[in-house]
Amino acid sequence: MTGAVLAALAVAGAVLLLGLGWAGGRLHARRGDRAGGLDLGTPVERATFHTLHTASLAAPPLRAGLTEDAARKAAKRLRSLLGTEALCLTDRRSVLAWDGPGADHHERRAMARVAVMLDSGRSMSVRTECTRPDCPLKWAVFAPLTGEDGVLGALVAYGSRESAVLVRAATEVARWVSVQLELSELDRSRTRLMEAEIKALRAQISPHFIFNSLAAIASFVRTDPERARDLLLEFADFTRYSFRRHGEFTTLAEELRSIEQYLALAGARFGDRLKVTLQVAPEVLPVALPFLCLQPLVENAVKHGLEDSTEECLITIAARDAGAEALITIEDNGVGMDPAVLRRILAGEHGGSSSGIGLTNVDERIRQVYGDAYGPVIETGVGAGMKISLRIPKYRAGVHSSGPGQHPPRY
Amino acid sequence: MNQTYALTAVTVVVLVTVLVGALGLRISRTTSDFYVASRTVGPRLNAAAISGEYLSAASFLGVAGLVLLQGPEMLWYPVGYTAGYLVLLALVAAPLRRSGAYTLPDFAEARLESQTVRRVAVLFVVGVGWLYLLPQLQGAGLTLEILTGAPHWVGGVVVAFVVTAAVAAGGMRSITFVQAFQYWLKLTALLVPAFFLLAAWAGDGAPRASFDAPAVFREHTVVTLAEDVRLTLDAPLSLKVTGRVDGRGHTAAPLTLEPGQHSVRAGARLEFAPDTPVPQTRATSGRNTPRWSRPMDGGRPALGLYATYGLVLATFLGTMGLPHVAVRFYTSPNGRDARRTTLVVLGMLGFFYLLPPVYGVLGRTYAPELALTGDADAAVLVLPERMVGGVLGDLLGALVAGGAFAAFLSTASGLTMAVAGVLHQDVLATRGVRTFRIAVLMAMLVPLGGSVLLTDVPVADAVGLAFAVSASSFCPLLVLGIWWRGLTPPGAVAGLVTGGGAALGAVVATRAGLPPAGWVHTLMAWPAAWSVPLGFLTMVLVSLATRSRIPAGTAATLARLHLPESVTGAGADPAAGAPSAAGPGPGARAGGAP
Repeated sequence: MTGAVLAALAVAGAVLLLGLGWAGGRLHARRGDRAGGLDLGTPVERATFHTLHTASLAAPPLRAGLTEDAARKAAKRLRSLLGTEALCLTDRRSVLAWDGPGADHHERRAMARVAVMLDSGRSMSVRTECTRPDCPLKWAVFAPLTGEDGVLGALVAYGSRESAVLVRAATEVARWVSVQLELSELDRSRTRLMEAEIKALRAQISPHFIFNSLAAIASFVRTDPERARDLLLEFADFTRYSFRRHGEFTTLAEELRSIEQYLALAGARFGDRLKVTLQVAPEVLPVALPFLCLQPLVENAVKHGLEDSTEECLITIAARDAGAEALITIEDNGVGMDPAVLRRILAGEHGGSSSGIGLTNVDERIRQVYGDAYGPVIETGVGAGMKISLRIPKYRAGVHSSGPGQHPPRY
Repeated sequence: MNQTYALTAVTVVVLVTVLVGALGLRISRTTSDFYVASRTVGPRLNAAAISGEYLSAASFLGVAGLVLLQGPEMLWYPVGYTAGYLVLLALVAAPLRRSGAYTLPDFAEARLESQTVRRVAVLFVVGVGWLYLLPQLQGAGLTLEILTGAPHWVGGVVVAFVVTAAVAAGGMRSITFVQAFQYWLKLTALLVPAFFLLAAWAGDGAPRASFDAPAVFREHTVVTLAEDVRLTLDAPLSLKVTGRVDGRGHTAAPLTLEPGQHSVRAGARLEFAPDTPVPQTRATSGRNTPRWSRPMDGGRPALGLYATYGLVLATFLGTMGLPHVAVRFYTSPNGRDARRTTLVVLGMLGFFYLLPPVYGVLGRTYAPELALTGDADAAVLVLPERMVGGVLGDLLGALVAGGAFAAFLSTASGLTMAVAGVLHQDVLATRGVRTFRIAVLMAMLVPLGGSVLLTDVPVADAVGLAFAVSASSFCPLLVLGIWWRGLTPPGAVAGLVTGGGAALGAVVATRAGLPPAGWVHTLMAWPAAWSVPLGFLTMVLVSLATRSRIPAGTAATLARLHLPESVTGAGADPAAGAPSAAGPGPGARAGGAP
């Protein structure tokens, strides 16, 4: 019995192996055919492709700028590009990465030479004067890495003998690296520009809102001084939050507090016409999110619901817990908007409309922080109200709420 | 046991869980009620939720079962389960919250700024989650089997189905309230019957359970064995047998077994007269008291001591790495509250764990045959009927059954949420509601398959294995990550893979029954005593060897982890503050925006 089973197993195994071998052979043959049929070019062309490929591999890390991490990743590629004994990348002060042998006794000497080169700003080829007999690093080529603000560092290529080819190649590679570094600076300045834009936009409380709030408060001063005082305090808290300078992120709890203050002030002005429902799952209150990214949306909802229509305005603000994300929706029953117009506003083609600025700004910032997949979803139609849904991940690298500001005691 | 009452109780628990989860007690107010936003989840509510999620089948059924089987030494389990929070409180709670991480992979990424570490952490979170889900489903199977006589796998499938449906449909939205509710339910389900049981015990003349001598049948008892059993006798034993004993068939025949080993085939019906000692089902080499647990060769106390340390290390250090525990700290508004929450958790768990040992001791007196059939985990379930009886006994039994199901549901749903969240975020790259549902299915199907296929291990033991893996992988990562500047991504990966991998390998091998009996088996069954130091050592040594790879933001990250939020928030904020001031010099490394 067991013998028969064993035999059957052996046969089955053999058939399987045979089949695999045949399939493998066919695959290999086909691949061979394809390779043979394709024209891969002359050896020179192939060498060019190889060089371009290596260079393209070295580019991504350099786009992060001249840091230790980037240098370490790029140095390996650059050395295979140049084919030298050792290669070293430095900034103005120290060696960032060393690929190849000799790091132990060449580093300090290299930095002394780099200091000389930083002054001249020109590449140079020198004898290393290394006394160790087994050390292959006899000649070094120092080539400057330049950025917008002058020399950032140096690329040092070591060879066993003096070679004009190495000098030329190292200089060219250094120039190529410099271009990558300049691009990285461009990336950085673009980010900075965006940050500056956000700073300018985020503190943009509508002047109308300030006038209207103060007027509403003034109307209560004689009739209901207690309420006027409360409202003034709300106003103070609200402006304190909105004008706060530090930190790019806040918590949902803080943001909702500011929204409540805003709604209290708006309610003072519009009285019973404004009805608000808040549905907040307490689990998501600590979620960190970009500063003032909900308040403009609520402001929009109030505007659509109240200022542009005469009926009662219902606003629903909901924050739900959905696993690793918080789901926030802001809904109003106001005048709504033509989706085509909204699309143009979000694309930035419809400047001037004040309701658009808030939306576009929030949209851009959310996408910048969390990626395009997290952009707000807006459902609307003319006369059909508007519903804005946001998904905020509970954790994202680099997003930390910068804590609650000090609130004055309320008495 | 009255099935109708018990099934009604289980159904009510399931329905209430789903309803509270779906409808929720969400804060829903109009603006006339100010400062909704400041109503974050307080330490007490959050602590009840953590305790509710944490007290699993292992605590509700398993601890009593182990005490029944092996005596007071098993109290190390509840002590370890609770003391884990002490370590968490002292070393991890507040910094973990301040890191802003939602899951453990989030923490790995926040601290080490490396995607590789994150991916490795994801693997271990999923592994620990699955290992922990497995005994929950098995416990559910056992409970339903005892309540209704349904096949073993039915209970697991029921719990898996309810949890998957509820989580996938988004029904666990107000999970904090659900879990807090489950804690109080579980506490009530053990506390109320315990009073009645103790009263009945006192009325019975307060018989003492003896752990030094074998338990004794108090009355005429009939035991039907579900599987093959080896009996070890020290003295001749008289009983009536219907079935096969030592290869010979008997039909209701009186039989006296000589001292030594006897094998009894599955399906045999054994009748014991009152005051007969309960035979031991395991080799205990001449001593009546089984010391510690099965893997031990009874005569060697050194191994028993080793196993104790293995257990203590695993439970003390493993709690912090459980995926469903870490996730709950996010709900606390700040580090201080996270610490307070942990303190309340300690109190709540400490109080709860007073109860299971009571059931274990009473079970040894009143339901000793459970040790024979291998269903010791059922002690909590059968005691009310056995000791109180009548309608009251049925009602109390139903309450306990409901509590047991609450235990499976809460832990299983918490774990499923955590594992599915991680799978959804890191494994299934595309996002959306549908992929989350796929992730929920994946999170549940694997342990469900395991619970149907794998042989039974006592529930508390199986949970211990999950603790061992967590202690060997995440404990070094969290403790070193929070308290040591020198941790590097390669070090973290090496430590996770070596420590956690070794523990995981040992655990899987043990569950598959690979290691031979003896000290190899002991080492493999209690891996924490060697795998935790291994994990720490690897992490430290590799980190020291790769000093150049210390993440650039380490100082800033550690400052954020250890300083109160009011300090880091209100003062100067160098990380997010003014990037333009740094200038694009060669040293401007912190310029990268997310």
